[in-house]
Amino acid sequence: MESFRADLHLHTVLSPCAEIEMLPSLIIAEAVERGIRLIAVTDHNATGNVIAVQKAAEGSGLIVIPGMELQTREEVHVLCLFDTLEQAQAFQAMVDPLLPDIANNPDYFGFQLVVDSEGKIEREETRLLLTSADISIEKALEATNRLGGILIPAHVNRKAFGLIEMLGFVPENMHIEALEISHHVTPEQAYQLYPQIEGYPLIQNGDAHQLADILGATTYKIEKPTIAEIRLALNNQDGRTFSIG
Amino acid sequence: MDLQSIIDTLELEVITQPKDFAGMFPTSGYTSDLLSCAMAGARKDGVWITLQSHDNIVAVAALLDLAAIIITEDARPEESTVARANSKNITLLCTSQPTFSIVGKLWEMGLRSE
Repeated sequence: MESFRADLHLHTVLSPCAEIEMLPSLIIAEAVERGIRLIAVTDHNATGNVIAVQKAAEGSGLIVIPGMELQTREEVHVLCLFDTLEQAQAFQAMVDPLLPDIANNPDYFGFQLVVDSEGKIEREETRLLLTSADISIEKALEATNRLGGILIPAHVNRKAFGLIEMLGFVPENMHIEALEISHHVTPEQAYQLYPQIEGYPLIQNGDAHQLADILGATTYKIEKPTIAEIRLALNNQDGRTFSIG
Repeated sequence: MDLQSIIDTLELEVITQPKDFAGMFPTSGYTSDLLSCAMAGARKDGVWITLQSHDNIVAVAALLDLAAIIITEDARPEESTVARANSKNITLLCTSQPTFSIVGKLWEMGLRSE
């Protein structure tokens, strides 16, 4: 079993709210310096910069998981993580027609930039990404699972877009394997504050919008860095485990 | 005022099983689209006005023993949500009108938050 310090929630310059420093090579350098071996790129409703970060990571030893932070119809943010770029792109193709056609206002929200591995701007995403896709959280889970990915509700304790605030509790008909809590609370505090999440494994990520927020707060003991192995770790199965801190 | 006159005046569509709405008397109104707030703020025998149509609204209504949920702006719950509401004896009412209009009309009819 190998130990992977990980941060499975971070934004690039494609997310309008991310700082301009969230460029592929700078993200990789920061993560490597912090001893992180595994990151997931999770822009708001978008996967366009995954490939650039993956390319920038070549030779660094850092593994980059393709992902998206989807905003569902209920205004809940969920991390959708995949093994391959193709799976993430198929997920993107499903999400795209479900996003409203609202133009981004860069002066207000910030620029949404698709870049190459060197950080050169390839194009600007003109459609606002900070919106809800017209898909329920249940359907998002189905679609993620069908493609071989895993869905983890993001920062469930946050007032804005957190599952607990929006939906009160995890819908009982959903098989959710883990929840992400923000790094402002410990798992113990979260269980105490929100008794309705009892029994759910809790992970922490940086939700980095700037380099300094790349934390690597959760470490996975797994055979190899795949969704299947992470899933085992979250469920504490077959000797795979995870820990916070 | 009884729930039937609210349904009639606001032209609400009843999407769950019919009940003796004329014999039900909502005592308060509450509005929020955040379920955690509704859980804390809505009152027993009250009506809750929201555009959230997620399945969890039924659990909130059952927990608080609400008279009805009015779902606004054409947000349609899934069939499974309607079935769950029926099994829990929860009344779901739908409308295309925005929440603001519905709340305003309920206030005019004399309904208050407490």
